[in-house]
Amino acid sequence: MVPIIEVRNLTRKFGKGKETVTAVDSVSFAIEPGETVCLVGESGCGKSTTGRMVAGLLEATSGEVLFEGKNIKQLDSAAFRRYRQSVQIIHQDPYSSLNPTQTIRDIITAPLLRHNKVKNRAAAEARALEILEVVDLTPARDVIAKYPHQLSGGQRQRVAVARALTVDPKFIVADEAVSMVDVSIRVSILTMLARLKKEFDVTFLFITHDLALAKYFAWEGRITVMYLGRIVEDGPTQRLITDPRHPYTQALLSAVPEADPELAQHKRQIELRSAEIPSLLNLPPGCTFHPRCPYFVPGQCDAAAPPLEPLDVGGRVACPVRRQERVSLLV
Amino acid sequence: MAENKLDWQTGEQSNGGAPLSLDNVHVAYATRRGKVRAVRGVTLDLHAGESLALIGESGSGKSTLGLAIVRLLPETAETSPGVITYRRNGREVDVLRLKPNELREFRWSECAMVFQAALNAFNPVLKVWAQALDTAKAHGWHDKDAIRRRLVELLEFVQLDPMRVIDAYPHELSGGMRQRVLLALSLLLNPQVLILDEPTTALDIITQRTIIKLLRELKEEQHFTMIFISHDLAIAAELADRVATMYAGRIVELGASDDIFYRPRHPYTLGLIRAVPTVTGGFEQLFSIPGSPPDLVNLPGGCKFHPRCAFATDRCKQEEPELEEVGPGHTAACWHWHEVEAELKRNPLHRGVLTLTDVLDVDVEVA
Repeated sequence: MVPIIEVRNLTRKFGKGKETVTAVDSVSFAIEPGETVCLVGESGCGKSTTGRMVAGLLEATSGEVLFEGKNIKQLDSAAFRRYRQSVQIIHQDPYSSLNPTQTIRDIITAPLLRHNKVKNRAAAEARALEILEVVDLTPARDVIAKYPHQLSGGQRQRVAVARALTVDPKFIVADEAVSMVDVSIRVSILTMLARLKKEFDVTFLFITHDLALAKYFAWEGRITVMYLGRIVEDGPTQRLITDPRHPYTQALLSAVPEADPELAQHKRQIELRSAEIPSLLNLPPGCTFHPRCPYFVPGQCDAAAPPLEPLDVGGRVACPVRRQERVSLLV
Repeated sequence: MAENKLDWQTGEQSNGGAPLSLDNVHVAYATRRGKVRAVRGVTLDLHAGESLALIGESGSGKSTLGLAIVRLLPETAETSPGVITYRRNGREVDVLRLKPNELREFRWSECAMVFQAALNAFNPVLKVWAQALDTAKAHGWHDKDAIRRRLVELLEFVQLDPMRVIDAYPHELSGGMRQRVLLALSLLLNPQVLILDEPTTALDIITQRTIIKLLRELKEEQHFTMIFISHDLAIAAELADRVATMYAGRIVELGASDDIFYRPRHPYTLGLIRAVPTVTGGFEQLFSIPGSPPDLVNLPGGCKFHPRCAFATDRCKQEEPELEEVGPGHTAACWHWHEVEAELKRNPLHRGVLTLTDVLDVDVEVA
């Protein structure tokens, strides 16, 4: 099958001269239609920058983004328009991503009319009501007349999803889409997104710093872990969560606070050699995790960046030293 | 005088009762829309050496309650009725009636608050050393060398390199370093009670872990009396001896951490636990709580949770339940807590390490 989205050696730099920062460094992955992929990592790892390049909001410095097998830079204008409509992004902050002076009606009908998805205003209204029902904003007739400030954070995020749905997307980049929503409501938004996956054949790239959410959302899918602009490990979620191979993935998983007192007591504590994340302006040579890595091998880890290589248990890992070692996360 | 204040607190708290007692505390704000009732009738004893977590969603009143304890509420806040009693060395004061000079003495040297590590918790034009010096001087310390020794000791305790940090401006520090500096500064005057508002929110995961480790040390080795305020249940699970769930300005459940996480009796607590995934362990179906938190100006009648509650009956719409004992040291404010118990028997929570061995093929050596 042709991947719906593929990136090859995707790189993005910001700034110039000495102040150049490589936010994303030679990232390659492919996502098949129907798959759910989570991109996880800490702030500054390049996950959002990658998501923005995939959605066409940011140009790559080098490397390629392929949509249905074609480089988006080589698409003719009609094909490019189709790509931009097919790939939508949902942002983190539903307070700033919606125009406060527009009603929900304006927000949802504008793209319907602009992209000729409907014939006239009446049809746009009818379609908007349908879409609001899809994202569980009911009664839709009441919601459609409201302004964003009259809605809760969770409801606004549903409006943002509804807006993305107006153009019949095939692929949605959800960038920390539930991070700002209260815990009691988060799950219902994830459930709604999971339903879109099934009912509308939408493929998701779900970007989050929250590994527990990634696990929940992509249990049948895959997780990709980024650190300082590079992919350090990826693989089927169930393998990656239970049998992580990269020392950074292990450190992350062991560091996640658990909402369960017994689990919290029994998690393995992985001592890093340094608590501080290196600056992107001054990255360490070789594997960028080596100054913090408990398994650091001098002369090897600080010499060359390790390649991302396939694992027999599924996925890829960029650590020749520890790739075969299983580490239990509980003690 | 300064010398003995520099010591870590010793067993002094053991001689009295609870260092902090809240009795029927209310906080309300007058706004154009009407009265916002942020905290309603909170009664609570904070025991010496315990760490208590206040958990709840935005608007539950948890932060307001924390601010009320250190009297940092805006002037428009009404705090009556209610009594907050603070005790140390056999002395007792009513915090809500302290005069401005007494209040200055109380804050920081008796009860210190650590805010979320945003830049605005610091004075941006003062170096870390100057912030510490200002604070210490304002509380009557004049021995500069002693203050410096104390600060160095505390910075080392929070695992920072004092030489690197002491002459740094706040903006030169990373988020995790700032949080650790704030923690060190809060301990400067040897307070008896520490209130931490979202101590790990907005920090990266590995940085969160270093802060949690530090706080565990404070708890287990220094036996500090602490209140954690967080929307994050994991902070409570990692650090608290007791947990209080807040909803619409009230404590709706209070109990030992294990009781709250494994034997919740309030439908809201149960709802929160079922809404939060753990990263270790198998797949567990999660459920959200329908609806959204109530409007604090226009609270529903009866139990404030009833519009979102699966157990609600007509009685819940009429009468607001008080906290009642549901187990030893465990209280919940719900008319139907027996039904919550029955529900948990039917659909148990898959929690704890032992259930994990069934789900996962991992080697668990229970210590």
